[in-house]
Amino acid sequence: MKLVTGIIQPHRLDDVKTSLEAAGIRGMTVSEASGYGRQKGHTEVYRGAEYTVDLVPKVRIEVLVDDETAPTVTDVVVQAAQTGRIGDGKVWTVPVEDVVRVRTGEHGAGAL
Amino acid sequence: MVELDTGATAWMLMSASLVLLMTPGLAFFYGGMVRTKSVLNMMMMSFGSIAVVAVVYVLWGWSMSYGADVGGIFGNPFDQFGLQGAIYDESGEFLIDGFGVPNIVGVGFQATFAIITVALISGALADRVKFGTWMIFTAIWVTVCYFPLAHMVWGGGFLSGSADGLAAMVFGTTGTGADEVASVAPIDFAGGTVVHINAGIAALVLAIIIGKRKGFGKEPMRPHNLTLVMLGAALLWFGWFGFNGGSAFTADGFAGLAWVNTTTATAAAVIGWLVTEKLRDGSATSLGAASGVVAGLVAITPAAGSVSPVGSLAVGAVAGVLSALAVGLKFKFGYDDSLDVVGVHLVSGLWGTVAIGFLATETGLFYGGGVEQLVVQILIALVAVAFAGIVTLVIGLILKSTIGWRISEEDEVGGIDLAVHGESAYEIAAQGGTIKEVRA
Repeated sequence: MKLVTGIIQPHRLDDVKTSLEAAGIRGMTVSEASGYGRQKGHTEVYRGAEYTVDLVPKVRIEVLVDDETAPTVTDVVVQAAQTGRIGDGKVWTVPVEDVVRVRTGEHGAGAL
Repeated sequence: MVELDTGATAWMLMSASLVLLMTPGLAFFYGGMVRTKSVLNMMMMSFGSIAVVAVVYVLWGWSMSYGADVGGIFGNPFDQFGLQGAIYDESGEFLIDGFGVPNIVGVGFQATFAIITVALISGALADRVKFGTWMIFTAIWVTVCYFPLAHMVWGGGFLSGSADGLAAMVFGTTGTGADEVASVAPIDFAGGTVVHINAGIAALVLAIIIGKRKGFGKEPMRPHNLTLVMLGAALLWFGWFGFNGGSAFTADGFAGLAWVNTTTATAAAVIGWLVTEKLRDGSATSLGAASGVVAGLVAITPAAGSVSPVGSLAVGAVAGVLSALAVGLKFKFGYDDSLDVVGVHLVSGLWGTVAIGFLATETGLFYGGGVEQLVVQILIALVAVAFAGIVTLVIGLILKSTIGWRISEEDEVGGIDLAVHGESAYEIAAQGGTIKEVRA
């Protein structure tokens, strides 16, 4: 099993979600995140005082899938999240030892 | 005795209610500008001011403002202590003022002015002041600074048009006997000196005495909720119709003129502020618009009854530009006037008071009235600055050396809301916990 995590532009979330659904991927976890990479922060001015804001708002999506499906998820997310500009984010995959469905207590692939 | 005028009375009751609404409006205006960890304390300083000043006002505030004159400086607090003799005449009927409005309505109207003036100062004290010290300060300051200045300007004292006032000393008097008044009477329609210069200079003095917040000028202290700031500015504007419109003391043409001037000057100030920051910083901001609203309202306050609507555009536009430029001074000079009470209220209050000397349609320099009015306006502004500055300095230093102003640095960094009020304004994420005890 794999955990695919993507840090994407907040405004791409709807497209990513729709594309994943179209590819038959059910379920994802979304959280608000902030950070920076090559994309620099921005400046804001309040009553003449200029502030640099280092951290840029992002959305983190997490999808748990079996090994075979993981590359599809990555492809779909990258395709849907891409705008071609700096700040589009990153997607990475890590192996997962075990998964338990809380409702039934099932383990492993059956819990996905 | 003048007959009761129900129309005027209704308008004055409405005006008093509008002015009272300004203080909660100010709480929103200021509250949105601080960080999430201190918004409740910021708002509580306004609500605390309502609580303390309303109590003080009926006990000795009215009497010190409008009671028997003591040396032109203040009214005798015992003359009408507890409003005795301020409500009924000898035969038990309600006292009616010269406009046909019961005196007790005027008491309510004036009390709301005292409340907001004290609350304005709190903008300089964000994040770091003991709530108890603030509450004690409000009672002392309103007593020895606000009431005397209200008496001097509006209660027939030293800064009014009375025959033994400052203006009469400079340019002489006209009339004889009881009708003798200053030839060139000072003009402060609704509180340029009494409210805005007064609160603005007090804010400056206290900001210096109390000192900077930890991280001032280095760490970002961004407004946490600009929609609250916009809401607050809107409530202030709405309430200001009572502040200025009610200062005609009746429902007449002056009230209408004040209403229109209050709108036009404020609109021009928004444009003035936004253009200034667009040219300087690149963006026309919502905080700038909200601040421009207040700067315009402040500047037109003393002038609302004496300038034309076209003149009010100049009063407002200049106020917007001046205050937009002035709010940066605190970083240059290093005083932590957290929410720019000085840049907005002192600067635009001074400008509005002095602008009357140029733009008053009857006596202003630009209308062929000569320089006398201008000189008188500058003089009353300077006396107000000196008086309020010195009195606030003394109160501020006494409180500093006795009960102290500042909360601990640890509490300030952690957030004054939790440390002082035992609350947090927002449940941003689930924080867990259970009810430990119910006190009933």
